[in-house]
Amino acid sequence: MGTANNTAVDVSLMDQVFEKYREQQGALIPILQKAQGIYGYLPPEILQLVASRLGVALGKVYGVATFYSQFYLEQRGKHMLRLCDGTACHVRGTTRLMTAIEEEYGIRPGETTEDGELSLEVVYCLGSCALAPVAVLDEQVMGRLRPETLLQQVSNHISSQQVMA
Amino acid sequence: MGLRDQLAIPRDVIATVKNPEHRWMAVCRGTGCSSSASAEVRQALCDELDARGLSDEVEIRRTGCFGFCEAGPIVVVHPEETFYTHVTPGDAEAIIEEHVVGGKPVEGLLYRDIATDTAVERWHEIGFYGKQQRILLSNCGIIDPENIGHYLAFDGYSALEKVLTEMTAEEVIEEVIDSGLRGRGGAGFPAGLKWRFARQTQSWPKYVICNADEGDPGAFMDRSVLEGDPHSVVEGMIIAGYAIGAQDGYIYCRAEYPLAIRRLEIALEQARELGVLGENILGSGFSFDIIVKEGAGAFVCGEETALMASIQGERGQPWPRPPYPAVAGLWGQPSNVNNVKSYAYTPRIIIKGADWFKSVGTEESPGTAVFALTGMVNCTGLIEVAMGITLREIIYEVGGGIPMGREFKAVQTGGPLGGCLPKEHLDTPVDFDSLVAAGSVMGSGGMIVADETTCMVEFAQYFMQFVCDESCGKCPPCRIGSTRMLEVLQRITDGEGEEGDLDEIRRIARGMEQGSLCALGQLAPAPVMSTLLHFEDEYKAHIEEGCCPAGSCRALITYEIDPDLCTGCMLCARKCPSEAISGEKREPHVIDTDLCERCGLCKEVCRFDAIVVN
Amino acid sequence: MNVTLTINGKEVVAPEGSTILEAAGLADIKIPTLCHHPDLTNVGACRMCVVSVEKARTVQTACTTPVAEGMVVNTESEAARETRKFVLEMLLTDHPNECMTCEVNGECQLQDLAYDYGVTWPEHSGVLHAYDIDPDPNPFVFIDRNKCIVCGRCVRACGEIQNRDVWTFAQRGFKTRLVAGADQFMLDANCESCGQCVAYCPVGALFDKMSLGLGRPNQVTKVRTTCSYCGVGCTFDLNVRDGKIVRVSSAEDSAVNGLSLCVKGRYGYDYVHHPDRLTRPLVRAKWLANVESKVETGQWRAYDPDRPISDSESLVETDWDTALDVVASKFTEVKETYGNDAFAVLASAKCTNEENYLFNKFTRQVLGTNTIDHCARL
Repeated sequence: MGTANNTAVDVSLMDQVFEKYREQQGALIPILQKAQGIYGYLPPEILQLVASRLGVALGKVYGVATFYSQFYLEQRGKHMLRLCDGTACHVRGTTRLMTAIEEEYGIRPGETTEDGELSLEVVYCLGSCALAPVAVLDEQVMGRLRPETLLQQVSNHISSQQVMA
Repeated sequence: MGLRDQLAIPRDVIATVKNPEHRWMAVCRGTGCSSSASAEVRQALCDELDARGLSDEVEIRRTGCFGFCEAGPIVVVHPEETFYTHVTPGDAEAIIEEHVVGGKPVEGLLYRDIATDTAVERWHEIGFYGKQQRILLSNCGIIDPENIGHYLAFDGYSALEKVLTEMTAEEVIEEVIDSGLRGRGGAGFPAGLKWRFARQTQSWPKYVICNADEGDPGAFMDRSVLEGDPHSVVEGMIIAGYAIGAQDGYIYCRAEYPLAIRRLEIALEQARELGVLGENILGSGFSFDIIVKEGAGAFVCGEETALMASIQGERGQPWPRPPYPAVAGLWGQPSNVNNVKSYAYTPRIIIKGADWFKSVGTEESPGTAVFALTGMVNCTGLIEVAMGITLREIIYEVGGGIPMGREFKAVQTGGPLGGCLPKEHLDTPVDFDSLVAAGSVMGSGGMIVADETTCMVEFAQYFMQFVCDESCGKCPPCRIGSTRMLEVLQRITDGEGEEGDLDEIRRIARGMEQGSLCALGQLAPAPVMSTLLHFEDEYKAHIEEGCCPAGSCRALITYEIDPDLCTGCMLCARKCPSEAISGEKREPHVIDTDLCERCGLCKEVCRFDAIVVN
Repeated sequence: MNVTLTINGKEVVAPEGSTILEAAGLADIKIPTLCHHPDLTNVGACRMCVVSVEKARTVQTACTTPVAEGMVVNTESEAARETRKFVLEMLLTDHPNECMTCEVNGECQLQDLAYDYGVTWPEHSGVLHAYDIDPDPNPFVFIDRNKCIVCGRCVRACGEIQNRDVWTFAQRGFKTRLVAGADQFMLDANCESCGQCVAYCPVGALFDKMSLGLGRPNQVTKVRTTCSYCGVGCTFDLNVRDGKIVRVSSAEDSAVNGLSLCVKGRYGYDYVHHPDRLTRPLVRAKWLANVESKVETGQWRAYDPDRPISDSESLVETDWDTALDVVASKFTEVKETYGNDAFAVLASAKCTNEENYLFNKFTRQVLGTNTIDHCARL
């Protein structure tokens, strides 16, 4: 997940990425994916760096980065909750889960809590439809959720991580 | 001696896998079961075996998806094929002690038939599997997808060998055309014909592309194939490469499928090591290699031209056809794009022949169909059925009917670009043409069941919202049309529908169908139009009477408490986020309709079914 | 190789590989377009040029569909016309109803097509984009994204013709938005202010900032002229209103440059009406005869009112004949006194080839020296 605010971006971490894709045609998207893997999001300096290293206009990189929903141009919360709103989950009550999160944490899809702890995102189908409704909290998949079980798990997860930190 | 025999094939692995007496346990490691902790189950089983010194005698095998994700985590004990459901790490001891050592199945972990409430012991006796015919998924749940030896044990790469040693490229294409294999991506275009077009274009390099950007919400067929039997896709692509004269392949897989991507990478590595992928395959002089490209979150990239734009590192926007990819595709070169399943069928068709494939399914749609059966149905999961089976058989026999005694309302196939069919169409045979004739489409395999509590207007609105989010924005009919359509649907479900709205919907739908650049925009109105066709009354009830017959649209319903059923437990009052519920302890409670936000939380928590929706 | 096809019942022979749109052009059949421009690659985005092609499942975009032998095309089929109307209507549902005050009123392709197809501005309760108007501080290009129809002509013009790639589309779907670079100001995004994007914009989304409010197409007279900045010889139209140049617009039929112009040609016209501009030749009083009487009669004029013409170094606004006479007599004087090689000549990049040729002739044959060079080498 994202690092703390105001940390300088260490662009040298990208060297290995450029090296890996040196020979590959059309590698812009995998390079951005690796960059996001490193930094948690795509900081402006990285977009600029990718553009100049690939010899393409910054606009092209920006156009691609904003087209695909996977890419983030801003830092996200420490924890990421992805609620699945695929059809199966939708008919089994994703909307109620969303309402519950909004009421508890005051965030809507695409938003982060003010304390930077939790970001909420709605995705279409995590492919675990048989366990609908499903959510993924950081890497942990949670299935057959009800509003109260979701809230419980989210709060447990956040507090356990705080203890560890 | 065949070419394959000269390879460093793990013969001991093959012998073990093929031994019918072999004692082993399959632990499903598909995404579904993994998310219900099957990794921990596997570990617990291993620990139990270790503790008893049985590790060498019993193999614990991580397999692909069994399809019955509802019942996961699943463990199947072989050779008896005893099928254990909802297994927890704590159950490991019982399985080893009672079953492996004691020889008696663990009764409590067996699947219980919904209708008869009796335990079913063996895998294939379970109703969910009764009507299924697993061709494409035949290896799923059997082989370890991360071990190429297992794939080889089930004739893996022998189709490739046959093609390279006995068949010309034309003969391969002829065989595939002859089999009647229709593309499993949704449109059902004959796969062999596509290959022939790509072969005929005189320009090199050519590309073989596998569309694994399975973006339909509610669909996970391709993922299960990639996770459970990745080599079948790889082999199919190599054969396609040989047929059209390509040396390079791409698998474009959505990034939301990390496990599928990992298994593919492992499969590719093992295939290269064995010599069935890469330079000079099996010494035939034919070279072919594959790169996995991860999608980045755009449904439209399932459209073949957008997919190629994305591989090229661009915004995933479709370009107009013609020229078709077979003429000018990836980087302007001839390219063949097929779905995961289309490639995975290919080795099987080569080995068993076109006639065998045609013997399954219907004349016009030979073979099987793989569906992700989800929604309001008892047994959800991944199913493979022969083409021609009826929707009723799928929903009531494979799927075990609708839960909680509710009434079936509609079944949606083809996802956001497909259609809904009501109960009058339950006896429609499932094949490419019959579904179209009934007003829906095959699609790539999503099948979602809706029951009486599903509002069809809201259902249509949901799909249109999806299209709005996923429209690439290139052409006005889709970019703006979907937004306008959603606005009309939104006001209908908000109880603000106006006279003429239904005509407006039809008009926008027609414009989008006719004018959009790609299939996304052209087919996006289908869910709306099919629900409007079959459930016009429900739309009218929203607009004219201001009510939602399914009791689902928040603006049009009220929650009430049935005083006869309410015990005054106060749970709902405590949970209500808007403090709209009041009442004394052990006295019936009441909901203040003005304060009520209609979130449904009270109904969710009430243990006495006292909350009534009007 | 040619192929023969039928368009609207008319047999048309077109080169293989050409598009239906090009083939129709050969037969003088007009197909409406928006995102297409002959200078740019075809993307088939706007769907205006759809036509019916026999055996095709849906209508096809004429700008991208290659012709084929025996193809039967109907450009005015009901499906084609209906689709165009729908597209226009959809575009207008997300377009401000501001033709009354729009700069390009009368020269707007969207407006013209809406007129041709009888599509009025639709009242509706849905969302309309409400972007800030002209948020970019650059001095030349005015941006109103609310009028943008996402045709991408500016993006392609900037990338394909100008090779600057300033413009791009960000986001997707209804949120698709034209941005410069990574959503920066234009001048921070590699822009060199050539205004090509403005020239290719079919609507009023991009316009010349200096010309805002100074005159709409029907209020100006277009005067075709050749640019005086350099020797390339670009031509363009001076848009003149009440005797004043209010805008420079490039013209597709300019033989040398088409719609292309550089920043100076397109935006560097303010000198024309600048009060400091010299409009007559200046000669120092000491070289002139009868200065006082000519100034008195108003034939000439003192350049600097604060400096009396009695001052022999003061400058006098004269006429070309007088000035050139002075130059000629001085040349002769130098030539006779110091010889031909006392001259060195610098020609100008602002002159045309023909002018520079003549200047070269003059230098070698009249002045009699080979010492001539060109300012571009300085």
